[in-house]
Amino acid sequence: MIKIDQITKSFGQLEVLKGISTEIGKGEVVAIIGPSGSGKSTLLRCINLLEVPTSGQIIINGQAITDPKANVMQIRQQIGMVFQHFHLFPHMTVLNNLTYAPVKVKGMSKDEAEKKAKELLSRVGLSDKADVYPSRLSGGQKQRVAIARSLVMEPQIMLFDEPTSALDPEMVKEVLDVMKGLADSGMTMAIVTHEMRFAEEVADRILFLDGGRLVEDAPPADFFQRPASERAKQFLEKVR
Amino acid sequence: MDWNFDQIVPYIPFIFEGIKVTLQVTLISVVLGFIWGSILALIKISKLGPLNWFAVAYTSVFRGTPLILQLSFVYFATPQLTGYSISQWEAAVLTFTLNSAAYISETIRGGILAVDKGQWEAAKALGVPYRRMMLDIILPQGVKNILPALVNETIALLKESALVSTIGLADILQNANVVRGVTFRYLEPYIIAGVLYYVMVMLLTWVARFVERRMRRSD
Repeated sequence: MIKIDQITKSFGQLEVLKGISTEIGKGEVVAIIGPSGSGKSTLLRCINLLEVPTSGQIIINGQAITDPKANVMQIRQQIGMVFQHFHLFPHMTVLNNLTYAPVKVKGMSKDEAEKKAKELLSRVGLSDKADVYPSRLSGGQKQRVAIARSLVMEPQIMLFDEPTSALDPEMVKEVLDVMKGLADSGMTMAIVTHEMRFAEEVADRILFLDGGRLVEDAPPADFFQRPASERAKQFLEKVR
Repeated sequence: MDWNFDQIVPYIPFIFEGIKVTLQVTLISVVLGFIWGSILALIKISKLGPLNWFAVAYTSVFRGTPLILQLSFVYFATPQLTGYSISQWEAAVLTFTLNSAAYISETIRGGILAVDKGQWEAAKALGVPYRRMMLDIILPQGVKNILPALVNETIALLKESALVSTIGLADILQNANVVRGVTFRYLEPYIIAGVLYYVMVMLLTWVARFVERRMRRSD
């Protein structure tokens, strides 16, 4: 479904990604882990072109999104993204946060968008918050709204960029539970995370990045029990 | 002190009539200036080459020359340049719109750039096209940030609108001048004019506080 072929990304002199290739299949859940500065987030952000790779190709469903002629807006509408700091629109109610893009970008009718939005809010357990502004929500609630906001667009792929890193510890679970539900429903997901137990439990594959290179690409059982590289061993010793 | 309002009393309604002109010029210019200033601000933060250059030069010129000169230029030079005999009212509104847009565009630009980068990214990630993103997501938040500055700009404009008396437009100050000419009293008409300006500024300040509170509902 997603084919990443030899992508590099440089910011000025700094080469953050040094040639990464991998594939993510339909319905697959991939956890991207590694030390900070290893390029995890940059790799994720390349998939919806928030960062444009310096070289290399990304192909989604047969379409080369890295082609300069590709319709970026169209591509992004099919890829949901959840950020570390939620980035809900503060001047819109929760319901409007959800309906804005489907109505204004996809041309969905307002009634249909609201119906869908309400379904999704109930799915993430926030039906009672439809009419409040984001500032009235806890971090965990904001992140669940952000997930719902992406889902109303009916994306084929969901990207998560450290979705629980900015949360108070007692709110991490509610967000991970929603993500787990999503994974169980067959959504294709790429998740940059520091939640090792979650990655081990939910992911089908672990991508371990270090210094802009893909060091390991393995099923979680192998990666966590028998890491192949010295670098991954060191990393796991420190985080567990 | 020679302090005598009796002679002035019959002329007070006449001075009050100037309120209409003062308010008209101020409010219309501020609204049009806001629209034009928003456009300039959007051009400045985009990368549109020549347009960008134009917006920067425009702002520089209007901020770098005296307002009274701009007003005189528009009123007296327009007929010579275009053959169109511009009315005092048109010249006033046009000048104040063009001038306030220059100031407002800088304020809005600052407000837009102060909006969290995450908002841009969230909108982009949802596939929102640039124009929609600016109008629906970024601009409303940017304007909210700068609301107090916009009110200050309106207040400044209200006071500066007294300059229109120099081209003979019958605003508060001009009518006070007329009364001065008729009655040969200086103190009283100007005190009345001053009180009127002050009261209007205070009213504006209250309105602004109210609007600001409403807009902060989402915080």
